[in-house]
Amino acid sequence: MEIQLNGKLITTSAPNVMALVKARGLDPGSVIIEYNKNVIKQDVWDKTPVRPGDILELLSFVGGG
Amino acid sequence: MEMTGKNNETMKMDDAFCLGGQTFNSRLLTGTGKFASREIIAPMLEGCGSEMITVALRRVDGDAGAKNILSYIPKGVTLLPNTSGARTAEEAVRIARIARAAGCGDFIKIEVITEMKYLMPDNYETLNATKTLAAEGFKVLPYIMPDLTLAHRLQDAGAAAVMPLGSPIGSNRGIKMEEMIRIIIESMDIPVIVDAGIGRPSQAAQAMEMGADAVLVNTAIATSADPVMAARAFAMGVAAGRMAFCADMAAQTNQAQASSPLTGFLRETA
Repeated sequence: MEIQLNGKLITTSAPNVMALVKARGLDPGSVIIEYNKNVIKQDVWDKTPVRPGDILELLSFVGGG
Repeated sequence: MEMTGKNNETMKMDDAFCLGGQTFNSRLLTGTGKFASREIIAPMLEGCGSEMITVALRRVDGDAGAKNILSYIPKGVTLLPNTSGARTAEEAVRIARIARAAGCGDFIKIEVITEMKYLMPDNYETLNATKTLAAEGFKVLPYIMPDLTLAHRLQDAGAAAVMPLGSPIGSNRGIKMEEMIRIIIESMDIPVIVDAGIGRPSQAAQAMEMGADAVLVNTAIATSADPVMAARAFAMGVAAGRMAFCADMAAQTNQAQASSPLTGFLRETA
């Protein structure tokens, strides 16, 4: 299926958000997820399905002034 | 020991800094940008006593192994997420909401920049973002080009402080906007935090002598050869400037004002 991830269309077979994060090789503890414009906490990632057309932002806090 | 200071308020020597309903002992705010090693952040904070530090939010693309910057910041230090990267009020509001939902608390530094050579803040978008976020209960710290009318509007909109720039971000050029900042300090009821361009402890002291409530220093500390020592030097500059302000230093004059008796050593008249 196609979803929008960080502003780009990608194809994924990940059934849920946690699977998507792991498939991208990311450390779940370091990622913030905005799922269809809402931030979702890590304890619901494995219960949140990824569906065609979903808009996800994978974000992280970085150094800044 | 009590003394008269800004707006004739009574202050104590050990005066605490109240910002957004929270009390801080340190008037030096720091940032997490540009450090050669993120392991230096904790000893830097410990060395200078800074109790508030900025962080930024970005998309994670590729750098899978990168650890969240928050894991390098000791507990007890208040986070000040910024909205850097925002080009519009709408984007700044979105970043602020994400940061709060991610557990960063209510403080937010509004930074809306569209001019990329001098990184000047967009005061108009900043005001709009401040109105929205203050109404949502955020403790809003807008980074601004020093403009008194705008500062009043931000105060009326519910900003927790205003953050006028001293000189362009990362330039280390000091308080080039001195006169405009002085007018804002004199006129505001909310705290004034001088942000950007402070490159030397003497410049931090200057801002504090002028009556700034605090300063934010990132680049000058992070890019020095010894960030821990630099941060300590800035803390001392901030403390010295603050004490001088509280001591209500005497006015400058063009002519000499004798500091010894004017009578001649062997004569009764000058």
